[in-house]
Amino acid sequence: MTYLYDKRSINEIKDSLERWEKEVLPVWLDRVPERSEGFTTLSDIPVKRLYTPYDIQDFDYNKKLGFPGTHPYTRGIHATMYRARLWTMRMFSGFGGPEETNKRLKFLIEHGETGLSLAFDYPTLLGIDPDDSMAQGEVGIVGVSVPTIEDMKIMFSGINMGEVTTNMTINPPAPVLLSFYVGTAEEQGVDYSRIGGTTQNDPLKEFIAQKSYVFPPEPAVRVGMDLIEWSVKNLPKWNPISISGYHIREAGSTAVQELAFTIADGIEYVRQLISRGLDVDDFASRLSFFWDSHINFFEEIAKFRAARRMWATIMKEWFNAKKSRSMWMRFHTQTAGVSLTAQQPWNNIIRTAIEAMAAVLGGTQSLHTNSFDEPFRVPSEFAAKIALRTQQIIAYESGIADTIDPLAGSYYVEWLTDEIENRAWDYIDRIERLGGMLEAVKKGYPQREVTEASYTYQRYVEEKKKYIVGVNIFEDREIDEIRNVPLLEYNQEEIERRQKERISKIRASRNLERWERSLSELRKAAEKDINIMPYILEAAKARATLGEIMNTLKEVFGTYVEPPIY
Amino acid sequence: MLSPQYTKEKQYKVLVAKLGIDGHDRGAKVIARALRDFGFDVIYTGIRQTPEQIISAALQEDVDVIGISILSGSHIYHMKKLMEGLRSLGADDIPVVIGGTIPIIDVEELRRIGIREVFLPGESLRRIADVVRELAKEKREKESYRG
Repeated sequence: MTYLYDKRSINEIKDSLERWEKEVLPVWLDRVPERSEGFTTLSDIPVKRLYTPYDIQDFDYNKKLGFPGTHPYTRGIHATMYRARLWTMRMFSGFGGPEETNKRLKFLIEHGETGLSLAFDYPTLLGIDPDDSMAQGEVGIVGVSVPTIEDMKIMFSGINMGEVTTNMTINPPAPVLLSFYVGTAEEQGVDYSRIGGTTQNDPLKEFIAQKSYVFPPEPAVRVGMDLIEWSVKNLPKWNPISISGYHIREAGSTAVQELAFTIADGIEYVRQLISRGLDVDDFASRLSFFWDSHINFFEEIAKFRAARRMWATIMKEWFNAKKSRSMWMRFHTQTAGVSLTAQQPWNNIIRTAIEAMAAVLGGTQSLHTNSFDEPFRVPSEFAAKIALRTQQIIAYESGIADTIDPLAGSYYVEWLTDEIENRAWDYIDRIERLGGMLEAVKKGYPQREVTEASYTYQRYVEEKKKYIVGVNIFEDREIDEIRNVPLLEYNQEEIERRQKERISKIRASRNLERWERSLSELRKAAEKDINIMPYILEAAKARATLGEIMNTLKEVFGTYVEPPIY
Repeated sequence: MLSPQYTKEKQYKVLVAKLGIDGHDRGAKVIARALRDFGFDVIYTGIRQTPEQIISAALQEDVDVIGISILSGSHIYHMKKLMEGLRSLGADDIPVVIGGTIPIIDVEELRRIGIREVFLPGESLRRIADVVRELAKEKREKESYRG
């Protein structure tokens, strides 16, 4: 036991605290009352006036914190953290076709970005081709259109895939996009051992939040697990999954729900993989996570710290992981898109900076900072560069990254870390009682919780219980500021036309026999519960399109329609 | 705060719909819920709806207002299709409003194609309810005048 305070000190602190509350405080409150009757975090956790050692009286240092790089990793997963290597500055980007995105990726690399992160357009996210009727008007808008391996090749021309790591925010079609990526890297002559990056590939959160599901929950999980199993055996540097709280939070959850539901998703995946006969230590080190960093500074920092501690505990105590790497929660963070406002948009630069600082103080492994113009459209080069520079200022000027976990020992931060953890465990218990997250999702439990939380929050904004500068306080009538934001301009119709033209050329020029065989083999594997990854890789190389591969799988697995509950 | 203000007989009916393929349903659900709490009869379609599906739901349910939510940037394309569809079926007496990630520079174009109101990010729930109520009232008055 390594208690920070002995009983006698705690009692003395308690006595002096009570004296302060009785003798000093009332005089001040009398003179100027507090701004609010009660303060709460963004997630509605009550915040007291003052935190003292009394609030963390039983704090066991070694048990709760330990040291960086040691169990339970609260202070960070690496012993040296940012003193040795800064987090990866990974800007989520993509728009138009592969040509436009190739140019943007090179621009960001040139300005000091250290990892790539691809945003796909809606047709790609849902696994439909640009010439599908559902894709009309959507091609290349919210991200890049990549319906074939040829598009991937164009996007990475002049970029060495053995040197960069690439995150791909893609879920049901993750095996297809990974196959396009691997196939392209192979053509560049890059060995499998050097292909690094991440596929988001987190099927459960699609039903809870992001809503780009395609297959029903069970086959969706099976497809995701096929990718992970194949990847850990073939791509040693690849993160086959990024278990994501980000979208859950953006859909309106609290920080506690984000933490709990995401960890519960992780628990489900670990169980699924173990039930396939894998040893936990053979895959756990390849699992990665993805968090939102919202605007309530300390709450976010506490959440990140609690997340690491919880995951380490789960991996060690629930799943008997032996390797320390299996217990590391490695994560990417993105600043909160939902915290940005269309009103007075330049203020978003400040919001993003605060959120980025929280992510760094929380020990993130990689970070995306949003651009101030994102309430309107995919960011311009100008706005994306400011967002990247925000990270560089934190890294190189602020000194925040120079000592490890500097907020450890703060009475408030440690109290809040414990509080968030305890509240998250309660949720995890509830989900366990429902039979784990797959069952909970089928019953609609996390979906209802998130919907409820988002409505509560919106009412708080409406009632001015929560403030948003420019929206419900310090509003401007002036709208020229909004009109004058220089937005990204590109010809969407032209891009859609080009993407359709390319795909029809590919369909006309491929080896039909190889193409047909690859899809029928894929269908057989899908029906027989054989890992579909090698078959999708072959289909991708045979120039089968994203839509064709996904349609083959849809015929076997069916598609999901969500009951419209609000 | 959001207390019902109308009795059942005068209750207006609103279709809240996600047009297009984006899955961002937070806003649509909050609006659906808020309108219900303000006393409207609300039908929510769920995500990934085509113009045809929305029009058929609107006609079948005989709604007073259609509220569309789009956060994918493809609002002009989809709204043109929806408005064409409504006109071709002679259902363009149903007022249509939209909200979502819409740049202010697109408001004029959306108005031009017949959208009655464009709610930009940050709009208050109360104002949305007020506008929808006015539009619904206007539609019913026209009907009774004709009727």
